[in-house]
Formats: sequence, C-alpha cells, structure tokens
Amino acid sequence: MSYQPVKFYQTGTFTVGNRLLAPVERSVQQSERRSNSINSGHRACQGCGEALGARYAIDAAMAASNGQLIAANATGCLEVFSTPYPESSWQVPWIHSLFGNTPAVATGIAAAMKVKGRKEVRVVAQGGDGGTADIGFGCLSGMFERNDDVLYICYDNQGYMNTGVQRSSATPPAARTATTMPVGPEPGNVFGQGKNLPEIAMAHGIPYVATATVADLRDLEYKVKRAMNVHGARYLHIFVPCPLGWGSQSNDTIRLARLAKETGLFPVFEARHGEVTGVLKIRRKQAVEEYLKPQRRFAHLFGNDPHTEVIARIQAIADRNIRKYNLLDEEG
Amino acid sequence: MLKQIEGSLAVAEAVALCRPEVICAYPISPQTHIVEGLGKMVKAGKLAPCEFINVESEFAAMSVAIGASAAGARAYTATASQGLLFMAEAVYNAAGLGLPIVMTIANRAIGAPINIWNDHSDALSQRDSGWIQLFAETNQEALDLHIQAFRLAEELSMPVMVCMDGFILTHAYERVDMPTQQQVDAYLPPFDPRQVLDPKEPVSIGAMVGPEAFMEVRYLEHARQLQALERIPQLAVQFKEIFGRASGGLTQTYCADDAETMIVAMGSVLGTIKDTIDEMRAEGHKIGVLGITSYRPFPLAQVREALIHAKRFVVLEKSLAVGMGGILATDVRMALSGAGLHGYTVVAGLGGRAITKKSLHQLFRHAVKDELEPITFLDLDWNVVNKQLERERQNRHSGPIAENILHDLGVVSAKFG
Repeated sequence: MSYQPVKFYQTGTFTVGNRLLAPVERSVQQSERRSNSINSGHRACQGCGEALGARYAIDAAMAASNGQLIAANATGCLEVFSTPYPESSWQVPWIHSLFGNTPAVATGIAAAMKVKGRKEVRVVAQGGDGGTADIGFGCLSGMFERNDDVLYICYDNQGYMNTGVQRSSATPPAARTATTMPVGPEPGNVFGQGKNLPEIAMAHGIPYVATATVADLRDLEYKVKRAMNVHGARYLHIFVPCPLGWGSQSNDTIRLARLAKETGLFPVFEARHGEVTGVLKIRRKQAVEEYLKPQRRFAHLFGNDPHTEVIARIQAIADRNIRKYNLLDEEG
Repeated sequence: MLKQIEGSLAVAEAVALCRPEVICAYPISPQTHIVEGLGKMVKAGKLAPCEFINVESEFAAMSVAIGASAAGARAYTATASQGLLFMAEAVYNAAGLGLPIVMTIANRAIGAPINIWNDHSDALSQRDSGWIQLFAETNQEALDLHIQAFRLAEELSMPVMVCMDGFILTHAYERVDMPTQQQVDAYLPPFDPRQVLDPKEPVSIGAMVGPEAFMEVRYLEHARQLQALERIPQLAVQFKEIFGRASGGLTQTYCADDAETMIVAMGSVLGTIKDTIDEMRAEGHKIGVLGITSYRPFPLAQVREALIHAKRFVVLEKSLAVGMGGILATDVRMALSGAGLHGYTVVAGLGGRAITKKSLHQLFRHAVKDELEPITFLDLDWNVVNKQLERERQNRHSGPIAENILHDLGVVSAKFG
C-alpha cells in the first residue's frame, strides 16, 4: 500500500534507498530542507525509538503543512528528554501541559486557530502509550468523538518508561516490567488484558487511523502525509522500541520494530472511517521467538527451562493478527 | 440597560459582551445555566467568531481552555464543586503556565456526602493554585467582576476565578444593569497575549524546569498576585468611570468607621449580615462589616486597616478546614498578627444550610459581649452529632454516617433553619 511501488532495498534490510528514487519521491527526512523539528542535543537514550519516530513524524507533518504546525505534548519521555530547562529541541511551536490532557489541549489550539481564521495552521498532539491508552484516554476519546481537527500520534513503547518501566495497558503479555515482575507461577504481564488503541480509535469512526513502525520510516512518513491531507480527528500509532525498558541492544531498535511487524505481533495498517483500507504485508514471516529473544523483558521465557506454552500463546496472538488483518500474501 | 434576569444568564450575557473566542462546557449544578446561555448565543451565531466545545469532563474543559489560551484565544469556562476538583491538576497548570483564562465558580459544597448546595469549599480548595479569586456579593457584582476579570487576567497573564454563590446567586432573579457592548469594548481591549503558540515564531511552552529555576518561576506567580493587589483597585476605579457604578476592588466595608465589632465574610451572605447589622445599629450596637472581594490575592494590608481599630472581629465563613477550623479566619488572623483583637471563627452555611438573620442576631449579640467560643458551628444540630458519636462508641459496625443521620432526623429533605 506504500505510495512508492518501486522497491530497491539496501542489503539485508527493507529500506528503500533514496538515491535510487526520483527527487519528488524521496523521503522528507533525506532532504536538506527538512525542518529538524526535534533538533539535535536532546537527552534521549541511545537507540531511542520514540526520538526517531517523533523526528520523522513531526518533520513529515511540517512538510505536509508547509511549516504551519503547532504541537502539543503529553508528559513522558519525549517531553522530558526534549525540554530540560533552559534548553528545547523543538523548532516548532510546542506546548506541554499535563500527562493526561494532551488531546484536549490540542482541541483548544485547533479551536483557537479556527476562530483566528488561521486555516493553514495544523495541530498535532503526541504522547506515549501510557499518556494515550491510560491516563489520557478520556480526553483522547472526547477529541475523537467530537472529530476535532487534530492528528494524535501515540509513540508506543509498551510501558511507562519515563517513570522506570512500569506496566501500561499497552504492555504485552509475559513482558517483565517493574510492576509485572518475572516471579511467581505466571511471570511477567498477564494474558487477556490490555487495550488495542488503533481499534478503539477506529470504533469512533474517525476519518483516519493508521499504525506504523520505526522500521519502515518511509511508510511512517507516508501515513503522516495521508493523515495531514485529511481534516478531523486522526490517529497514528507508531511502534517504537525502547532499549532501556525492553532490555534490548540500542542497535537493535530498528530490527525489533521490523520483527514486531514481520511476526504479526504488531499489524501495520491504515483505516478510514472505521474500516481497514490497507495493510503492510509481512514480507518474510518470522516466529515470535526471533522477536522475543533479543529482549531481556522476555528473558524469563527462555533459558534452560523455556516456557514453551507461554511462547505458544504469544505465537497464537501473532497468528490471530495475521488472520484478522490478512497480513500474509496468498503466495507468501 | 436594566434587566430582571437569572444570575447565571446575567453572567452569560456579561461573558458574551467580553467577546470570548473559545468556551468549554461541561454540565454541573449549579453552574450549568451559564454555559447553556452562552451555548445558545454561540449556536445562534451571535458571538462569531467563537467556538463552543462540549467536552467530556471538567478536566478536559480546563485543558481545552489551556490550549486555546496558549494559542492566543480568549478562553472561558465555568464549573463548581466536584468539577473544580476533577480539573484541579489543570487548574494549577493554567496558573503555572501563566494563561489568562477566566472561569466562573458557582460555589457548591464538596462531597461526600454528595450535596449540590452552596458553600465555599470548592473555590477555597484551590486557593493556592495561583488563580486570582474574586467573590461576588450580588448578581450585579458577579456580572461586573467577569468584565474586570478578563481585563485583569490578560493584563497580568494569569487566570481568574469569579466565585458566585451557587443557587443563592446563580438561580436568583434579580435586577441587574447590563452594560452595552460599547462600554465593555471601551474597558476591555482585545487579548494581546504575552506568549503565544504561532508557527511564525515558534516557542516551547511548558518545558521541564528543575531545581535550578523552579523557585524563581513559582515566585514570579506570587509576584503577579502582588501586582494584582495594585491593579484590582485601579481597575475598579476605571470600571466606575466607564460603567458608572462601584464594583470590585479588594475589600468593601459597611458601618465600619466606629465599629467595635467587625464581621468578616465573603459572597452573598454579606447581604444578610448587613441587614442584621442595620437592625443592631438601630439598637445602638457599634458593629460593622468587612467584605472580602479578592480572596486571592489576599489583601492583608486592607484587612488589617479595616479591622485594627475594632475591639473584636468575627470571621463568618462558608468553609471548614477539617481538623483545624476556619480557612478565611486563618488568613484574617495572619493580617492581624501582633494586634490584640479578640478573634472568633464562625463556620456557617455548609452544604446550603440557611444562614438566617435570626441566627446572626443571636450570634452577633454573643460576639459584642465576647461570649463566643473561639470557633462556632452556626446552627449545628448537636443532638444529631452526639447521637451518631454515641452510636459509634457503642457499635463497631455503626454503618454509613449520612444514612444514620437521615434516619435520626426522620425526614429525607434539606434542612432550612
């Protein structure tokens, strides 16, 4: 479903080489005219998926709005690492109010722009999975329901990383966090809980919902662009690995994001008005072990006495996603 | 123009005359009629350009106002009671960010037990939030204070609460003098924000501030409140020049010049107190009143000046610092530190308990003879209290308090003295 049908891959990756494309087809990020919305010097960890995702997303939104963008930001890693006083990485007008009110703050900004007649100015709101799925959920649902003209971006690293890696309602089953420790008869986060935010967003019938990962930044840029071409409430859920919280190597961030998609654990799709209109197919299906093993938060599932039944339950989740979203090509 | 109109609708019309640009609405009694009135005007296109947003909670109401104000729009909302508590985090945030939002508080008790009637617990719970808090005595004053509030808020870049007694004022039909649009426009210039989110000149608002600068940022909030102490009286003078009536200011006094006994209060109860004092004055008692209009900033100097020549003062307040006593009384005592006056605290009217002239006569007559206890709970039914205390002594499983008391009273209805 990518708008770029040509597929030139760098060796060992699925990354499209920009140099092989016509200038008009190249990514926003490769251009020297990119806006550097989140400038260098911020305090994100090495290999932070959120910093990467936010940079691509906001730069793409800046490109799509001709630089007429205002951003609201929830409390969380992104807010903290980008604005330790007296420094700010933000090259766009940016506001942080609270942890749980970012969609409503964005609604207020959009309303102000409307009454001021500033139709060209667009509004994005952004937060982590805790700020989105948990504490900000009421405000998010309200913003969706009113179809306010806001693009909300959730950077999903599957836990409260800023406060020291606690469970959120986006934490996957079996994962170790500081509040779901790998002890007792059912170590790690329990099965059968959690929220599927993209599907909840779709249930509001809003014009555009999409998921993306930092493994496919071209697709991420494309979805931001698509979202910015629509008015009303829009939701973009970006999968962003967290080396600190997941216990993964910082140079594995892209690989883990790709494996989340290639295993089927994180379906990459887009939807309009509550209906799925396209999915990013799995190119080379991987077993969930390949995704789980490099992460220490799942280390208790492996070792000398592996929890094969738990791994099988996680595989079942991936397989269900593959069926539900039709993630495999028929021939594939 | 003179009008006979409900307090809430008078406030709605006054807010409309202030040309609000974003109004956030969430229903809670007894505030609801205000935003209903505004919603109708916006829907009819009378306030264009103005966005009226039906939000999903008070927390969202204040948050939408924060976003709108930070983006340069004149933002307004109204709430009460539980609603104010539910938005408390955003209330502090609006003040910390220095956003000149104006909010009406239709003062109402806080549960449990749930109670929709008037007292000042809600607003006073937010007294340290950094908001200016103005208390109206009458509907006319409530109306006028809103016009002054926008001017004050935007001049100083800080938020203002206008507090009016729920039901007693919000639902009372009174005669008010509604100003003209020309008068309000002459008094209230367009909003010229000190900081604004604008792609033309990107700024970061709400950055994380550590120990190296937090105290300074917090002190600046305090400094703005001190500036408000200067500006509030000046704005009242300018208001009189344009609108032709005195309204607002930090404090007001009544029969205070030779008073030996001074009663201190806020809000609509001042009317009942003044009536009582008129009658006592006729009998020769030297008694007067100090009304606090600006509770935050608290006018320490003006309060001291108004009370220092009296022999005693009685703070009658519709609030209770549970485990301590009075809230307003504590502030008044602060204003009088070092002065040798007898001071009495009277907690009255909680949860809408009527404050009657009869009770006030009795209270004030004890006060002028220095026969009051340090703290009095006006018209508290000691039988009910003692019965419940005894029940709790006797029975570990004495059950829910409110239900027990309602059972003892035998009537499930509000008690009007």
